[in-house]
Amino acid sequence: MAKINMVAAINQALAQEMERDGDVVVMGEDVGKDGGVFRVTEGLLDRFGPERVMDTPLSELALVGCGVGMAAYGLKPVVEIQFMAFAYEAIEQIYSHATRLRARSRGRFTCPLVVRTPYGIGIKGPELHSESSEALFCHMPGIKVVVPSTPYNAKGLLISAIRDAGPVVFLEPARLYRSIKSEVPEGPFTVPLGRAEVFQEGKSITVIAWGTMLHRAVEASEGFDCEIIDLMTLKPFDEETVLNSVKKTGRAVIVHEATRYCGLGAELAAFLAEEAIMHLKGPVKRVASPDAVVPMAALEDYYVPTAGRIRKAFEEAMKY
Amino acid sequence: MADEIIERFEVRYLQAVDESGNADPILIASVSDEEIKRSFESIILTRTFNQRALSLQREGRIGTYASVFGQEASQVGSALALEKDDWVFPSFRETGVFLTMGYPIWQMFRYWAGDERGMKIPPGLNILPMSVPVGTQIPHAAGAAWAMKIKGRRAAAVCYFGDGGSSRGDFHEGLNMAGVFNLPAVFICQNNQWAISVPRRSQSAAKTIAQRAFSYGFDGVQVDGNDAVGVYVATKAALEKAKNKGGPTLIECFTYRLDDHTTSDDASRYRSKEEVEEWKGREPLIRLRLLMRKMGLWTGEYEKAAIEKARALVDRAIEEEEAYPPPKPEDIILYTNAELTPRQFKELKEFGWRK
Repeated sequence: MAKINMVAAINQALAQEMERDGDVVVMGEDVGKDGGVFRVTEGLLDRFGPERVMDTPLSELALVGCGVGMAAYGLKPVVEIQFMAFAYEAIEQIYSHATRLRARSRGRFTCPLVVRTPYGIGIKGPELHSESSEALFCHMPGIKVVVPSTPYNAKGLLISAIRDAGPVVFLEPARLYRSIKSEVPEGPFTVPLGRAEVFQEGKSITVIAWGTMLHRAVEASEGFDCEIIDLMTLKPFDEETVLNSVKKTGRAVIVHEATRYCGLGAELAAFLAEEAIMHLKGPVKRVASPDAVVPMAALEDYYVPTAGRIRKAFEEAMKY
Repeated sequence: MADEIIERFEVRYLQAVDESGNADPILIASVSDEEIKRSFESIILTRTFNQRALSLQREGRIGTYASVFGQEASQVGSALALEKDDWVFPSFRETGVFLTMGYPIWQMFRYWAGDERGMKIPPGLNILPMSVPVGTQIPHAAGAAWAMKIKGRRAAAVCYFGDGGSSRGDFHEGLNMAGVFNLPAVFICQNNQWAISVPRRSQSAAKTIAQRAFSYGFDGVQVDGNDAVGVYVATKAALEKAKNKGGPTLIECFTYRLDDHTTSDDASRYRSKEEVEEWKGREPLIRLRLLMRKMGLWTGEYEKAAIEKARALVDRAIEEEEAYPPPKPEDIILYTNAELTPRQFKELKEFGWRK
């Protein structure tokens, strides 16, 4: 099996789904000739032509808004938003339309739309190129939010996202695009949405993380007996896997790049408080970013959880 | 070096039938007697629905309602030009469009009574549920038109919005996409002069809304929006053009909202009685009646029969609507996703909506 990076894995997923299903189209800024600013869509234009791989004007609202109309009409658009912060313009289209079309029409119209966007720190870009605002999307009913952590699950999750009957926000950790390689089957395969994976087994602390922070948590876990859960689908998250692990370990540490305040960790911690309080030996810990805007590159490593901060949370968890 | 004019545009104004019922012989030539009668009858039906909806709201039998009084020609005239495979993207003030397309009347009442099932569009009718956030449906129409182009269908997407909607980013981005990709879309702006209390002149410094199309590389035309025949002719031409790969068109229907913005509004706070009265004298039925009389298509009995027919349809629809069983609380959750999430499954039980 070939070892490939996440860019190549996502590219394979797109190409194979376009091959399999003529209704799958890719659209975005610079996704055609340029192959996307991260080269994720490289080669798709040559292979599938400009009718299905569309370089669009700089227009995030209309990218998602047109995606809604296309999806309602029967296509399966995969929209690329160049960086997560640029999707803010399209939030109304996602929140007011993509997520609601099924409910509003009582099932007559649906919105099988995928919005892909790179997110998180690690690329030393200008301001607003390093956001991790996944909780914004997780708060919306009627949507799925997915974050891959490896080339393998990136391919399998994206194929599932494209085949899903509803809208999916697919957040690609920019830092992981080319920094890790893993074995990925050449042909199409799926990794189911809504299911987490026990990335590393352990007995003492349940660690819940996704994307870039999953790898940082693994790094920080040396010397601790951590069970590390790769959440993968943030909405709806896999309650069963999380709960089973916490019941076993009695301790929980949640690690994410986003700010702690109303971050997804808050929902996870509240869930554990409601469902697992009798199994917990101590308080649920959240290692996250401060309630401050994402800084530019010079300070970003201070902003997001470091292995040191994560280890400190492990130490505190082990006091109980 | 140069200092020269490199681009000009001209905005056409279209009126097929004037306020006295005189028809432009060229513009009306392609319109059959039957189509004129259908316009008249559809306006009667729309108006009958509208009046009953306003009464039902006052009686507390439905919720907030957005009246279409005054705008019926824009809605009926354009909707009559649609073909079966065209898709329509409406705003929340399109009773005339829905009814002209044959939308079940009881469902319209059901929707305004606060029940989503009212917008469960019957199979075969290609109209989206009403879009409440102003103008946000414009990119959807561009997207559907794009899909039609990709799939090679001979059809067009038609989007309805108002002068207020034309100020939104959605208008700019949606029309821009339609222009760049030469999409089979028709954008129908019902310029009813008022976005709640904000007058048309405060929406844009441009003289017309129609001319804004030129900045996206396609044509805009202003039509007398109280002239059902003119709106029909303009829409039909735009649809033909779209289906023959001629790209999008922006049609500005110059009309007037004679009622309050919705039943929750009081328009007397921001506009004069005189202005409303003046526009009342231009309401769409007057000229249609005069035209049809000249053509020998109208008699007092004919109109009476049309009103009676509309009343009977609307009365029956209200009966049907009010006899319809109320929605189940579990519907709140059931239609959110294709499949229930484990959390939703728990919530259905927790809220007592399922055992």
